[in-house]
Amino acid sequence: MIQFILRRLAVAIPTLLVLIVVSFMLMKMAPGNPFAGEKNVPQAVLDNIFARYGLDKPEWQQLLEYVYNVVFRFDFGPSFQYRDRTVNDIIAQGFPVTFTYGAWAFVLAALIGVSLGIVAAVRQNSWADYFAVGVTIGAQVVPNFVMAPLLVLVFTLWLRWLPGGGWNGGHWSNVILPVIALSTSYMANIARITRSSMLEVLSSNYIRTARAKGLPSRQVIFEHALRPALLPVVSYLGPVFVGMVTGSVVIDLYFSTGGIGQAFVNSALNRDYSTILGITVLLGALTIAANLIVDILYAWIDPKIQL
Amino acid sequence: MAQVLTVKDLSVRFALHESEVTAVDGLNFALEAGETLAVVGESGSGKSQAFMALMGLLAKNGSVSGQALLGDVDLLNLSKTALNEYRGRDVAMIFQDPMTSLNPALRIKQQLAEVLVRHKGQDAKEAERNSIAMLERVGIPEPAKRANAYPHQMSGGMRQRVMIAMALLCQPKILIADEPTTALDVTVQAQMLDLFKSLTDDFGTALVLITHDLGVVAGVADRMMVMYGGRSVEKGTVDDLFYDPRHPYTLGLLHSTPHIAKRAARLDPIQGLPPSLEHLPKGCSFNPRCAFAFDRCIAERPPLTEAGPGRQKACFYEGPMAYGKVA
Repeated sequence: MIQFILRRLAVAIPTLLVLIVVSFMLMKMAPGNPFAGEKNVPQAVLDNIFARYGLDKPEWQQLLEYVYNVVFRFDFGPSFQYRDRTVNDIIAQGFPVTFTYGAWAFVLAALIGVSLGIVAAVRQNSWADYFAVGVTIGAQVVPNFVMAPLLVLVFTLWLRWLPGGGWNGGHWSNVILPVIALSTSYMANIARITRSSMLEVLSSNYIRTARAKGLPSRQVIFEHALRPALLPVVSYLGPVFVGMVTGSVVIDLYFSTGGIGQAFVNSALNRDYSTILGITVLLGALTIAANLIVDILYAWIDPKIQL
Repeated sequence: MAQVLTVKDLSVRFALHESEVTAVDGLNFALEAGETLAVVGESGSGKSQAFMALMGLLAKNGSVSGQALLGDVDLLNLSKTALNEYRGRDVAMIFQDPMTSLNPALRIKQQLAEVLVRHKGQDAKEAERNSIAMLERVGIPEPAKRANAYPHQMSGGMRQRVMIAMALLCQPKILIADEPTTALDVTVQAQMLDLFKSLTDDFGTALVLITHDLGVVAGVADRMMVMYGGRSVEKGTVDDLFYDPRHPYTLGLLHSTPHIAKRAARLDPIQGLPPSLEHLPKGCSFNPRCAFAFDRCIAERPPLTEAGPGRQKACFYEGPMAYGKVA
């Protein structure tokens, strides 16, 4: 187990390096640069700016210096967009926000999704199943850019219960709407996967054995069926977790939460090389971590998998 | 001997999209304490479904009518929760496919011990100790070690032994074994049957052996019941039915079984296919495949009637039956 984790971490380092190199090269290959604005800037000024950010050096040198700074000083460099902020600042400011609403949304989506899926499967073709399937389809067909304004309309404008935007240091009232808006469609997917997987397990031979033993249905469902049924759900949850905690530009825009999703999109639009790279590395590291956790959960759920 | 189970007029129906199919049609039989009853028939004869119904394990579209008296309790008239008291404790069941019948995510000892915790109120430690003892009883080497294994770490034969151990933990009055040896190697089959025989003898458990393999029947069963198209067509002792079959279908089954003493160049299978339960033939269900069928067999369905001491058959034909004519 510990050996497995160490081995995976050892693989993670070259993975991240490759990620950095490829992203770096892709950025450099794309036309334009961070300072190619509409204003006609004299060449001499441009040269000075380039020199200040080290862009006058050969690209291999830029790459090596970047990697050196990241690895040994944990410094992702200055932002090319905001003169007074470093990439570390941008991430430190945006990521906690995104992580807060993303993690809550993940917990909500996983809990409600799995519960709905189980109820729907156990009471297949009853009103509870139809209700769960109905809610699921509803939540799935409404995209979050429709969900967000709908929530604001109902809870802010009509009911006046919750603020329609802002972060306010993560006050609960500001967190609720982004969490709901982000979680609904994931929740629906999780419910659907859980339901179909649970149905399959419930019709399996070993569940028939468990029933033949006279175990109460609660025990059959939770001790015998749930764990095998969660296998496909867990493999879906890994990437979903990364997707959620790294935020959504839609949520950041609608609720002015100031999360990292918006910063990421802006940096891409502005060719803010260092910010793009910084957030990419963060995303990569989170993905690797999430996959590691998924693999460990897999081994716990399915004893056939040896770590 | 005392009867442990009396089944009266058991019928099992399945609702299809727009129709209904009768898989078991008015089955009557009694099971005596400690005896071994073989239930024989082709696929689709209703032999498995009849016993699934007793265990409350029918598919969701299935419905059941009739009576199944275990002592004075009617198993078919119990709520799910009430039935859970009996299944696993008084009536246990073993299934055909040992590879998929154990939960892949739980250790063997947990799957065994939970039965004792549930039905005997034993605490976890006691249940585990008794489970390991039972594993030893069914011939699993190093039982204490194997108890910690997961099903995928065992062979098919070992898994079927685990299933047997699990079913016999509470020393049930009745053990229903649905094709318990079909999925196993031939060499393992014989060992498994010996094991069944010795364990059910020791515990005084009545064994119901559902099978299509007459070789299995000959080795272990006391009585047999032949099923065709959801009904029982002949019942009696194994000796009576093997040496003096009175129903053409029983005769046909016997002749489609390879025999080491008979140097037949080829087998004589029963011609035709088992009937579709949706379109059972009028009269006797077997009449289209029967060489002795006459006009009454097509007009009327033969009832199950006495055909000598301790045996019954559902056939109008009374003349001699020489094989070869059946085909």
